Amino acid sequence: MLYIPGNNPAMLQQGGIYGADSLLLDLEDAVALNQKDAARILVRNMIKSIDYYNAEICVRVNHIDTPFGLEDLEEIVPLQPDAIRFPKTESVEELTNLIKIIESIEDKHGLPHNKMTLHLMIETALGVQNVFDIAKFSKRVDAITIGGQDLTADMNIKSTKDGSGIDFARKMIVMAAKANKIDVIDTVFVDVNDEEGLRLETEYAKQIGFTGKAVINPRQIDIIHEIYMPTDPEIRKAYRIIKEFKKNKKLGIGVFAIDGKMIDAPIVTRATHVLELAQIDLDTI
Amino acid sequence: MKNVIGREIPEYINGVGKIDMFVGAWQKLKKGWMDEVTIPPPNKAKLPHQSKICQTLEEAIIKTSPKSGMTVSFHHHLRNGDNILVNSIEILAKMGIKNITLAASSLNEVHNPILKYLKDGTITKIWSSGIRGEIGKAISEGVLDIPVTIHSHGGRVRAIHTGKINLDLAIIAASAADNEGNATGCKGKSAFGSMGYASIDTRYAKQVIVVTDNMVDYPCIPISITQNFVDYVVKIDSIGDASKIATGSTRITKSPIDLRIAKLAANVIEHSGSFKNGFSFQVGAGGASLAVAKYIREKMKTSEIKGSFILGGVTSYGVDMLNEGLFNTIFDVQSFDAAVCSSLIDNSHHIEIPAALYANPFNCGCMTNKLDIVVLGALEIDTNFNVNVITGSDGTIRGASGGHSDTASGATLTVVVCPSFRGRIPIVKTSIHTVVTPGESIDVLVTERGICVNPLKPELEEKLIKAGLNIRKIEDLQIEVESIVGKVQEIEFTDKIVGLIEYRDGTIIDVIRQVKHHG
Amino acid sequence: MEILKKSQSGSFESSDIIILIEPVEPNSGRNIDIDSSVMLEYGDTIKALITSKLDSYNISDIHLIAKDKGALELTINARLETAIKRACNIQKATMH
Repeated sequence: MLYIPGNNPAMLQQGGIYGADSLLLDLEDAVALNQKDAARILVRNMIKSIDYYNAEICVRVNHIDTPFGLEDLEEIVPLQPDAIRFPKTESVEELTNLIKIIESIEDKHGLPHNKMTLHLMIETALGVQNVFDIAKFSKRVDAITIGGQDLTADMNIKSTKDGSGIDFARKMIVMAAKANKIDVIDTVFVDVNDEEGLRLETEYAKQIGFTGKAVINPRQIDIIHEIYMPTDPEIRKAYRIIKEFKKNKKLGIGVFAIDGKMIDAPIVTRATHVLELAQIDLDTI
Repeated sequence: MKNVIGREIPEYINGVGKIDMFVGAWQKLKKGWMDEVTIPPPNKAKLPHQSKICQTLEEAIIKTSPKSGMTVSFHHHLRNGDNILVNSIEILAKMGIKNITLAASSLNEVHNPILKYLKDGTITKIWSSGIRGEIGKAISEGVLDIPVTIHSHGGRVRAIHTGKINLDLAIIAASAADNEGNATGCKGKSAFGSMGYASIDTRYAKQVIVVTDNMVDYPCIPISITQNFVDYVVKIDSIGDASKIATGSTRITKSPIDLRIAKLAANVIEHSGSFKNGFSFQVGAGGASLAVAKYIREKMKTSEIKGSFILGGVTSYGVDMLNEGLFNTIFDVQSFDAAVCSSLIDNSHHIEIPAALYANPFNCGCMTNKLDIVVLGALEIDTNFNVNVITGSDGTIRGASGGHSDTASGATLTVVVCPSFRGRIPIVKTSIHTVVTPGESIDVLVTERGICVNPLKPELEEKLIKAGLNIRKIEDLQIEVESIVGKVQEIEFTDKIVGLIEYRDGTIIDVIRQVKHHG
Repeated sequence: MEILKKSQSGSFESSDIIILIEPVEPNSGRNIDIDSSVMLEYGDTIKALITSKLDSYNISDIHLIAKDKGALELTINARLETAIKRACNIQKATMH
């Protein structure tokens, strides 16, 4: 998952070329307070016009308690990106409110409530404590993530390279995700020039259960992919899904089952990613 | 009329004569010889112990009895630090010499000061492999009546052999020389490396002056230029700006887009069938091009593949690969950074080669013919894979043909790496301003938005698809690029021809027209 | 719509454009200055884009300066919209 600052046209227009599985177009921390309106408009136009190929598009909006959050949602929700990433989630009450706002915008535009998903960022001690309930609350929540920088600030501890201060939080968030069978994405590694450090942290994240990692520079993507390269059973399963999908598509069937499990668009997308990671050409299937 | 790749070229051009049209990349070579007659090099004699030393460059130039209408040549190994070309032209201009044909192996921004001599009739003709800066712009706007000729590095040697470029005077800058004119570019404060492009000039020019800022005791070792071709030797304070001549190591780009392109290109190379033990390799020094070497280096280590030779413009990065044992030899016609000098002196497997051996098509086999893989850049590329490396998006001259068409024609696998658009300027287009290298000699285009294989190479395409690479039609890529950047306004040109693009075999592959003045 | 105050959007970065807007006397018309690194290739397109944007906001009196560094059309559109909304005091949710 590649973070792209929401007010940077050069980076936004090239976001799709690096092979990231997911792009995080950021209206929050990467945008200066006096440019929030500019970024919102720019990101909206980018999503409308730029082909991001197979990457999932996720927009990180500002928190609804800030002066910008509501307007971000008004502008972005109608575009129905694959997901909205919501920062500093702390409680179920907050989440209830957020979903209500999103759904009312969707209603206003005649959009369904089940297409765009939510990624919730856990970035405070309170959020970590409530994470299980947060993760469980809605079907729309399909991933939770840890925000390392903000969490250390909230805990009033130093952010260290070994991540010891947030280790408990990492594991707690992973557990909440696993218990609810949703994705869980690790925080960014800020030192772009330290490839070895990134490698170690990513290996650890994978080991304790994170399903992916956010990056702040395209140069970091290859290392993450190397570590998250799918295993043979994963590749075989994905291969089967795509094969069945293509067969059914020809027959005009959109949703089908394999071994009794429903296969819908997001699962096909994930299978596509697995095969892409494994460098298997979909056209040969 | 239109030549075989559809470029509109007049059959006759004033000041040039009848045009010999391009007929295909290898067509003329198939014969096994060149129809044009080669001219003999000049005869000279010197008495024993006769001094060649002159006190000033001016004195040396006066001794060569320069005349109006003469041809004078320079090499471009001093990069953007060169003082010699501008100083020499100023001396000739002061002497009232007119109608000079300038045969510089390449022209850079540093040569901007000679623009006034293009305007006042001192210089009326130019032969070069590349023209940048104000001179390129002025030529595109029509400052010269006779079109300039852009040749390749190999083609320049051919043109000198045939007398199309008939050298009266060669002024050769060296970073070290002795009093007989033995000279090198590898030693001294202005060291720049190989002198590969200067070699042919010393053999064919009627008069040869070696200029150095570092006179050493006889003999000057290593000998790149040998005394038997040198008429005069001059010691001056400085041959140029050492900080721009003696550049440090070339660094790999940090641009994420260039790195992305380079990585894709390395994947192409890995699965092309040419990446195997004993392969030979050449990359340019530019952003994505050099970065390919970084990834190939890693792949060679992990796959335990050892190459034969690195060719061409050589960077310190290539030297590192030689020292790591990844390649057996470097053949160095031009050093892109001065950090390679010590390797040229100390490593017997790092060999300086002349341009003739590097790329001249008309001999018993230049080294580009032995090339397996070359990675090249592009200013523009069309959907027939024709490449422009000489004119910019505004139609003005601002690049260099260099060894582009030479290596593309020779290599088994020619990979062009470039972004599909730069800023808002499309690079992949339906039609390009100027063709330097014909599409038939390009095998693969690698951009950040996908890889396109020349339809002339279906087996290659099949291999790359099998390897899981994202191969797409160049036409589709062009359409996508246009949808992103929008349609470019047509640049307006007049009918006046300001430049000829000479293919390496001496035929004309394209012409450059004068840009219409705006405002 | 009326331009109420000076405003600015965008940046001097490559692939971006700076838009500066100033109010002018009523009925003095549009005064548009464009400077672009891709003037030869896209000058007319940029001008047409700005004109149609001003039309769509019904702005007839304005001084607008654009300094472009190869911004895509969508970016130019976004920067124009931002600058106009700021100048007309109709922008939402930002801080100054």
